[in-house]
Amino acid sequence: MLSELPPLLSLVIWFPILGGAAVLFVGDDNPGRAKALALTVAILTFLISIPLFTLFDPTTAKMQFQEFVPWIPALSVNYHLGVDGFSMPLILLTAFMNVLVVIAGWEVVQYRVAQYMAAFLIMEGLMIGVFAALDAILFYVFFEAMLIPMFLVIGIWGGPRRVYATLKFFLYTFLGSVFMLIALIYLYTQADSFEILDFHMLPLTLSEQVWIFFAFLLGFSVKVPMWPVHTWLPDAHVEAPTGGSVILAAITLKIGGYGFLRFALPITPDASATLDWLIITLSLIAVVYIGLVALIQQDMKKLIAYSSIAHMGFVTLGFFIAFSISRHTGNLNGAAMGIEGGMVQMVSHGFISGALFLCVGVLYDRVHSRQIKDYGGVANTMPVFAAFMVLFAMANAGLPGTSGFVGEFLVILSSFKASFWIAFLASFTLILGAAYTLWLVKRVIFGEIGNHHVAELEDVGCREIIMLSLLAAAVLLLGLWPDPLTSTMHATVDNLLQHMTVTKL
Amino acid sequence: MNFVAPDFMPVLPELFVLTMACLILVIDVFLDQRRRHITYGLAQLTLLGAALLTLFGYAQASVVTLFGHYVKDAMGDLLKLFVYLAAAAVFLYSRDYLRQRDLFKGEYFVLGLFGVLGMMIMVSAHSLLTVYLGLELLSLSLYALVATDRDSPVASEAAMKYFVLGSLASGMLLYGISMIYGATGSVDLQVVSIAVARQGANNLVLVFGLVFLVVGLSFKLGAVPFHMWLPDVYQGAPTSVTLYIGSAPKLAAFALVMRILVDGLGALQDDWQGMLIILAAASMALGNLIAIVQTNIKRMLAYSTISHVGFLLLGILAGTAEGYAAAMFYTIVYVLMAVGAFGMIILLSRTGFEAENIDDFKGLNDRNPWLAFLMMTIMMSMAGVPFLAGFYAKWVVLQAVVNIGLIWLAILGVVFSVIGAFYYLRVVKCMYFDKPEQSEPIQLSLDTEIAISANGLLLVALGLYPTALMGWCATALSLKGLA
Repeated sequence: MLSELPPLLSLVIWFPILGGAAVLFVGDDNPGRAKALALTVAILTFLISIPLFTLFDPTTAKMQFQEFVPWIPALSVNYHLGVDGFSMPLILLTAFMNVLVVIAGWEVVQYRVAQYMAAFLIMEGLMIGVFAALDAILFYVFFEAMLIPMFLVIGIWGGPRRVYATLKFFLYTFLGSVFMLIALIYLYTQADSFEILDFHMLPLTLSEQVWIFFAFLLGFSVKVPMWPVHTWLPDAHVEAPTGGSVILAAITLKIGGYGFLRFALPITPDASATLDWLIITLSLIAVVYIGLVALIQQDMKKLIAYSSIAHMGFVTLGFFIAFSISRHTGNLNGAAMGIEGGMVQMVSHGFISGALFLCVGVLYDRVHSRQIKDYGGVANTMPVFAAFMVLFAMANAGLPGTSGFVGEFLVILSSFKASFWIAFLASFTLILGAAYTLWLVKRVIFGEIGNHHVAELEDVGCREIIMLSLLAAAVLLLGLWPDPLTSTMHATVDNLLQHMTVTKL
Repeated sequence: MNFVAPDFMPVLPELFVLTMACLILVIDVFLDQRRRHITYGLAQLTLLGAALLTLFGYAQASVVTLFGHYVKDAMGDLLKLFVYLAAAAVFLYSRDYLRQRDLFKGEYFVLGLFGVLGMMIMVSAHSLLTVYLGLELLSLSLYALVATDRDSPVASEAAMKYFVLGSLASGMLLYGISMIYGATGSVDLQVVSIAVARQGANNLVLVFGLVFLVVGLSFKLGAVPFHMWLPDVYQGAPTSVTLYIGSAPKLAAFALVMRILVDGLGALQDDWQGMLIILAAASMALGNLIAIVQTNIKRMLAYSTISHVGFLLLGILAGTAEGYAAAMFYTIVYVLMAVGAFGMIILLSRTGFEAENIDDFKGLNDRNPWLAFLMMTIMMSMAGVPFLAGFYAKWVVLQAVVNIGLIWLAILGVVFSVIGAFYYLRVVKCMYFDKPEQSEPIQLSLDTEIAISANGLLLVALGLYPTALMGWCATALSLKGLA
């Protein structure tokens, strides 16, 4: 039955890319038509991606919706696509967020509208390609190609220090990933294949694994980003236009986390087990130290950027806690919870950080400042907006009932099985997260009207309400009923745990 | 004495180009400036004719002719086809540029064709003597071409430098050839390779000869530390000539290295591998580092050439069939990128204005989004970003060195390619993020616009489907019996 389906994955990858090219073709002289076309393409892409969820079989860890075409036979590279419980939710997230980005840029972007929309559509296709690729070279190609549109988005439509920020972004990520390329080539020389699933089965010595693990770590930790290679993120976020920040926070960071699940953990399980203390330490530093850094930020976007790093620390913590659990208790009960928690946290953070960046964008469009001190008492003039922003802030702080709670709760529960102290430090996020977000809300939303700019603010319009309420619905839905998401990945998580715990030596 | 006429069929394209070049030289004398475009048209027709002759006679197996001095094989034919393609693009991009500067003379095209002939001879040489003859035919044409702008002091200086250093390199090469001849008693590459295989590295004269040959080759390739001439010549020469020097001759230089080091001295691989590792590492490092500080885009691209030569050497030094195919693929892709990059500089120049500085690209996206897009494609491809041909070129050469266990060299290569990405990105930054400093519209004739578009899109197409060209390279080399 499945074989009669159209090639869904290829469609969700190439439809937005071709659509983006078509938008470019419409040109900047026709902004109205370009925007309409871009929105159509984005919505259609999302609609095409829905069957990936409805037809997904959650009982198996096998790759689904597979497509296989030899691409460069001489080097045994194949155009091989497929999704499992990790990649499918992220593809849906990408397609969903892109619709919002197109809506968010609707009236705000005035300069070269067609190029703006096209860049995002092309990037969408490439990011989905990253999640769907089952061939290492295909993965790498999508992974790198994605940099070009983001480089342009930050550089063309960004803020005053955009050139510095975008070059830093590009070079950091590029440097991280080229080592991964060498590792992939090395794996090819051992496995005689570029299939990621073949790499999972490949026996490797511990020293080989450690080298390869570090290559992956360099590539993915920059994307996540983990402390201490996180410094590009605040710069890129602050300078990027709203849409760029949303995609960076919601999707690009997830590619790093996804990379750990797809590459580092199953390909180098023994090295991951040996070096899990490193990742756990870095994750805890991200949670605690970066949380403190977020507290003192004056710039709203920077604050949310640092909060993203802290939240992503939770993701990596959840992924790597399993080894510690099995050492501590001798079994793997609770390890699955950590990985699932990390995944839920990724998806939820995609919604929440995207939403918060959109909120900052809404304010910035009106006042043209991101400084916290330029606001105050926004609730008086923008009550509807204030309600949304408070909701997203609560979700960011991990309030039960919102999606932010589920992931953090699962990861903390899981870390308790490993060590009290890890859990103790991780729980700092509940305090710190609440502190910096609520303090932000207090200073921006509540209180007396700060100045005449705030007094003249107009509340959110229809377009903004649509985009914020879509996200609010997603945040609440995932918070109250996470089962549709978690149940799709049970089988995949179990399969991953098997790979992680069977030694390759 | 019995004289047996050799088989001339394999050299038909060369004879055709030679005849046409001589004919054009004569015809051009009778044309006045208004009808100079006839010379241009004939030159293009010559290239087309040669391409058809090569294509229909595409070698299925190696044929040695002219008493062992000449070989026609698939590697040679494939490289020749790209030489014609590059030369045709060079002539086309240069046409309007030359016209605007009163340099639209028959000499440019005649010398260009003789250069093409020289490259064809290098590509198909089967003896050290023929290699040298082809190289000199090319080099002498290039020296003269650099000096065509007689009134320009920079161009004359560049020509002088090129001539002196180039002659020095030729001298080295010739000296090395004489030693090889002394040690093996022949210039025929096949005889040489058998003799070398028998004597091995024990023969000191042979190893000495090898050193001189490698030095000479490095000069011609522009590998560090024999790269000094390259930036000055690239910058000083008229852009139309830089375009020529920077593109097709790289294909010939690759063939030169293949013929001498692999076909002739393959048995000394252990000796030349070490030398090439040093040359490659130094070229990648120095080329990329110094390119960062350049403000003149021609000079920047010159240093970028040096770094690309380093990458290309990675493939050759691997010493495997896979590595040679990778290096060949790299060379062809590099030539396509170089033609596009220098072509873009030419197209942005106009009467009284040279788009020589990186700043001249500022705001190109506002002036002409399509050209900016094409230039971005070329720059990103040079930086090795995927879905563009340049990535696959880098990947296959890296794979070749990882395969022979030189992982540190591959890591060095990628680190410097990241450093190199910075200056390519700077060009993109100027085009997209900065405001234009000039408002004059960019005028392109239709055929150049089509050509440059095809050039840029070819890089995208090769990026989406590199299989065909990779396959041709691999087959061409496997027909040589290397695989």
